[in-house]
This record gives sequence, C-alpha cells and structure tokens, in this order.
Amino acid sequence: MAKVRGAVTVNTERCKGCNLCVVACPSQVLDLQQKEVNNRGYHFAYMAQPDKCIGCQSCSLVCPDACIEVYRVIEK
Amino acid sequence: MENNDIIRPENLVYKKPALLNDAHMHYCPGCSHGVVHKLVAEVIEEMGMAEKAIGVSPVGCAVFAYNYIDIDWLEAAHGRATAMATATKRLMPNKLVFTYQGDGDFAAIGTCESIHSCNRGENIAIIFINNAIYGMTGGQMAPTTLLGQKTATCPYGRRADLNGYPLSITPLLAQLDGTCYVTRQSVHKPASVRKAKAAIRKAFENSMAGKGTSVVEIVSTCNTGWKLSPEKANLWMEENMFAKYPLGDLKDVESKK
Repeated sequence: MAKVRGAVTVNTERCKGCNLCVVACPSQVLDLQQKEVNNRGYHFAYMAQPDKCIGCQSCSLVCPDACIEVYRVIEK
Repeated sequence: MENNDIIRPENLVYKKPALLNDAHMHYCPGCSHGVVHKLVAEVIEEMGMAEKAIGVSPVGCAVFAYNYIDIDWLEAAHGRATAMATATKRLMPNKLVFTYQGDGDFAAIGTCESIHSCNRGENIAIIFINNAIYGMTGGQMAPTTLLGQKTATCPYGRRADLNGYPLSITPLLAQLDGTCYVTRQSVHKPASVRKAKAAIRKAFENSMAGKGTSVVEIVSTCNTGWKLSPEKANLWMEENMFAKYPLGDLKDVESKK
C-alpha cells in the first residue's frame, strides 16, 4: 500500500511560538523548542517526531504567521 | 525515506503566499489576524488580481495590514472604511475593492457607514473580524462583548442593565436588500480555515461580478485581551462565542435562485 510521507520546514525567525500548530497536528509531529529561542525570544516550533508526518497541511493552515512550508510524497 | 529527500521543491504542497511579504507581523502570537491576512493574500493571488486589488484598512490592530500584503491599500479614518471603499469602487469599478475591519471599527464607531453602504448595495467585499473586544487599545469592552465577559472597562463582567446587550451586526445586514452574501466563519481549525477561504473568495468574486455587498464575518480570538493562551482562547471561543455568534451562511442570494 502506498504510504504518504510528509515533512515541514519552519521559518524559525518568523515563528512566534503560539503553539497552535502543535495543537492542530493530528499526528503529534510538532512541538515547541524547550530551551532554544529565536532572535525575538520565542520558543519556535520544530518537528519532534518527523517520521509521523503525513503532510496534511493542518499546521500550515492554522499558522498565523505563515511560517510553515509543507512537503509531501507518496511512497510506493 | 529521509526528511531531506522529502523536502524538495517538487514535493512542495503548501507555502507562504507570495503576496504576503517578509515583514514581521506586529500581531501577538496566535492572533487570528495573521491567518486572515494569509487567506486574503492567497485568494487575491489565486484570482490573479494582485495588480487590481485595493484594500481599505481600518483603525485597530489591522491598521498596519498595508505593511504585510503587497497590494494597494488605503487607510480610512476610524469606522469610515466602507465609505472610502464606496468612493473607490464607484470611481474605479474594475478594481477589486475590499475593506478589512475589526469589530470596534465596523460594529461600533462605523455602524452608520457599515449599515448604509450595505443598504446601498455597494459592490465591495467586507471582511469583518469579530473578537468581542477592543484589542489594540488594551482590551476594553466593545459593543460585541458578550454578557458576563470581563474586560478592562467591565472588570466584573458585562451587565445587560448597565452596558446593554452584545451587538450581533451581521444578521442585521443580512436583512438588507443591498447585501448579496452574508456569512460568518472562524479560523480556529484547519477545516474552518478552508471554509473561511472559500467564503472570502466568493465575496471577492461577488464584488467583481457587481452583485452587491458581501460581508464575511470572522469570529476571532484576542488571546491577549482575553488573558488566555492562544489554544485556550480558541477553546473559549468555541464554548462562548459560538453560542452568540453561530457560524454559517446567513444570506446567499445565489443559492435561493
């Protein structure tokens, strides 16, 4: 069966760490950095569990700062 | 397959709309304005109207919208965005003219202009962000503030006997003959974001087709004004705001035919 794999990139300088993408993700892929911050002092989002991403775009749709790009491939 | 194999240009399915520029948005983390800005930029880009779109920004948090979306903008006096859009659209009927207003601008100081431009049936699209509070000035009570909701100017909650009842303005506008499409959406979940985008697209298309005024109300959060975290603000909105401001189409002239 074809498996859908996804990945996201986060524009870390644009991210404000609002946590909305973390809540919206159906596969619990994303999380906020616990210790690292960007230049404005926000704990930015990152892929904590990259293997689980299905490229559904939920995170990028709810992101208020449009800092998430989504990539998707279908593995055959 | 490794992440580096997936992150390639040919696999890209979602990116920041090109019309949304790289300026850092001044909005608080988690603010609904950012999502709606993104949707407006996407819709204008998809319609190919980047050179023809003119937005009218209000007084309120969205006053700096002209810094973020790379189209032509006008800045209206407080509440007068629809009046300015009326003149713009009448003088340049081939342009896509829309206003982007908050509840303090649209439903408080600008109520007169809002109702009369809808009643005249001006061919403009109105995007109305309703977060039930004056966000920019520090979280004071707005006409749309819910009963019992605590704000800076009603710290014990809004009371009907003292402050009156919350104003739900879009059902009023739906009664007017000039409006062709009145809808209420939200942007708190991925599905609702897609619906809101379709509503904005329809409003812009109605404007270009000259069918009348389209009003898209977006029930939004103001997590700073409500003193909640962004995710809790979304939950609070679902529990409290949707009872007074239920989502859905209030009027769609086309569907009746």
